[in-house]
Amino acid sequence: MEVLVYLIPVSLGLGGLGLAAFVWALRNRQYEDPKGDAQRILSDEWDDHPKP
Amino acid sequence: MTDVSTDFESRLSACPACDVAPLAGRLARTGPVRGDVILSLPTAHCAACITDVERALSAVPGVRAARVNLSLRRVVVDAEGVTADDLIPALDRIGYEAHELDPGALTATEADRRGRDLLMRIGVAGFASMNIMILSVAVWSGADAATRDLFHMISGAIALPTVAFSGQPFFASAWRALRAGRLGMDVPISLALILASAISVFETWNSGPHAYFDGVVMLCFFLLVGRYLDYRTRAVARSAAEELTALEVPRAILLREGAEEAVPVADLRPGDLILVRPGGRVPADGVVTAGASEIDRSLLTGESVPIAARPGDALSSGEVNLTGPLTLQVTAAGRDSSLSRLTALVAAAESARGRYTSIADRASRSYAPAVHLLALASFIGWFWMTRDVRVAVNVAAAVLIITCPCALGLAVPAVITAASGRLFREGLLIKDGTALERLAEVDTVVFDKTGTLTMGTPQVAAADLDAEGRAVALALAGGSAHPLSRAIVAGIAGLAAEVEDLREVPGYGVEARWQGRPVRLGRADWVGADDEAPGAATWLRIGARVHRIDFTDSLRPGADKAVARLRHAGLRVMILSGDGAGAVRDIAARLGVEEWRATVTPQDKAATVAELSAQGRHVLMVGDGLNDTAALASAHASISPASALDAARVASDMVLVGKDLGPVADAVGVARASIRRIRENFALSILYNVVAVPFALAGLATPLIAALAMSLSSVSVTLNALRLR
Repeated sequence: MEVLVYLIPVSLGLGGLGLAAFVWALRNRQYEDPKGDAQRILSDEWDDHPKP
Repeated sequence: MTDVSTDFESRLSACPACDVAPLAGRLARTGPVRGDVILSLPTAHCAACITDVERALSAVPGVRAARVNLSLRRVVVDAEGVTADDLIPALDRIGYEAHELDPGALTATEADRRGRDLLMRIGVAGFASMNIMILSVAVWSGADAATRDLFHMISGAIALPTVAFSGQPFFASAWRALRAGRLGMDVPISLALILASAISVFETWNSGPHAYFDGVVMLCFFLLVGRYLDYRTRAVARSAAEELTALEVPRAILLREGAEEAVPVADLRPGDLILVRPGGRVPADGVVTAGASEIDRSLLTGESVPIAARPGDALSSGEVNLTGPLTLQVTAAGRDSSLSRLTALVAAAESARGRYTSIADRASRSYAPAVHLLALASFIGWFWMTRDVRVAVNVAAAVLIITCPCALGLAVPAVITAASGRLFREGLLIKDGTALERLAEVDTVVFDKTGTLTMGTPQVAAADLDAEGRAVALALAGGSAHPLSRAIVAGIAGLAAEVEDLREVPGYGVEARWQGRPVRLGRADWVGADDEAPGAATWLRIGARVHRIDFTDSLRPGADKAVARLRHAGLRVMILSGDGAGAVRDIAARLGVEEWRATVTPQDKAATVAELSAQGRHVLMVGDGLNDTAALASAHASISPASALDAARVASDMVLVGKDLGPVADAVGVARASIRRIRENFALSILYNVVAVPFALAGLATPLIAALAMSLSSVSVTLNALRLR
């Protein structure tokens, strides 16, 4: 049962990582244009170098 | 170990203001700023569209950046000193239709913040419930003694900050309800959250066997999802309705010492001189000082026959100038002119809406007291039997959690979201939350004629013309942009004759010389016809002969099908129009409607609707003009087409986006189906309660049963709602 000492913090940490990623995505307006972002990836316009 | 997780949790969620406030600041900065031009792109739909539009706009001199939002079908252009008039042709050249949007009328950022706030709370509650569930599964499978206590403690450390953060919308609304002396749906929710959290903390402290942390957090999660669905539905409809308003960028051409200047309508002052070009809408109330033209006031009165305008005539905003340029002296400025007329009407509309209580309200009104009484009764009963406060509170908390209107909170929003989504795809915006419920009760449909059943554009009905006459009429009509002229060009077959000296006399008609003879097309008195028969008509004079050309209004596409389907569904269909009897009789006959009334004043329309309501009928009003606004506001439910006057759209619950009238019939069907679904959902969640409550009352409700009952009912209710799509 001693393994719980590691396992619980690890599972909480991983969950927390997911939550942090969600909060980051929300704050960085990643949900602004879901349809457009899904389509933008199909365009080859900025394939060679990023948009300035 | 516990300390670490507490610290981590509280940093993320115990300070909602820290989470939300920087977001607000960010939004304010990145939202549309002054100098940005926002264009609506109704035809953009693919990856190529995005790159095409952005490339074309970036090529326009002065444009710094352009970003397409495909979800909203908009493009935001960062361009100092460049106007939409420079950008729209650039898009037109590559084949994209674009319309300017008024950034002032789009308040999406404010609403966005609320949606994001809710999403953040859902995310936190979802994270917490998953983690607690992992620990709870261990407890359910038989962890005991120190392990169970440790798991309960960790669960509590995650659950308490989560409830404090994610439960805020419920606590706030419960507090408002209590202060107003009401028992809303949120009071039992808040009570369940607080009581269950408190008893769980107490149990954990005393190494008790049951803690409800999992149930509490899951409750938060499901209820927040319901809240968010509800919010999304409204936000989507509102943003689409806002876009309709923003499409009409209100500008007027101000004459300042002879020079023309485009100014926002809000800046007009009484006494200003403004120019109204042919085809333009009159921006403010005023008196004609120069020019002669004809005025289409069908949006205001429902008359389809244009009226002559001469110096000295008073015009009101919303009328459309047809033939010649007019100079107007403003009498009532900007927003005052239309608003003052509408304030009373809109206020009346709101009071009528306020009287309607939705199914959810009615359900919670009887549900909330029942839940409280049941919990109280179980507490008193168990206390009386066992003399043990701890057991009694435990049972009461279990009853509260199990009866908590989790599915009830999801039942209505899930159905409304599914139904609105379906109607939205068919081109109908639901602006009001209770509109679908009211629409389902409708048994009488009242249509306006001009602009609603008809397109408001005339069609040639009959013309006593020979080949020669047709050729001359076509030649004359080709020289004018008047709607009747356009109808002649579109509706009469043949080749135009060769004419000379073609000129348009604003307010009268068109004249020219044909084979040396003067020919005229226009008003009866000007052409020299002594024919004064009513109806929309124009006259053609060739030498001494006078021909009459009659017009009818063209039916809106889908109007006949919509009327037929509504009648088939057993609804009573009526037409109330401000137009003349002949035109209304004609349309009624074409649609097969027996009940119609012509030359109805706006007051009569509202009175007729009120009279029908007094007879116990639920009226759906479909109209587009200022003359319909009062009737739209007083009807049980109302729909207006997107071409309607702004005021009519504000007064109605639903807006028809496309040209087709067909969705009106669909809407009634979908509304009835969704009310059926809502009732089924209520029945489902009550069934779950009936099964689970005896367990709770008997003191047998373990947290496992509570969690099972809650998730099963929520998921089944949502799936049932999704059947509507």
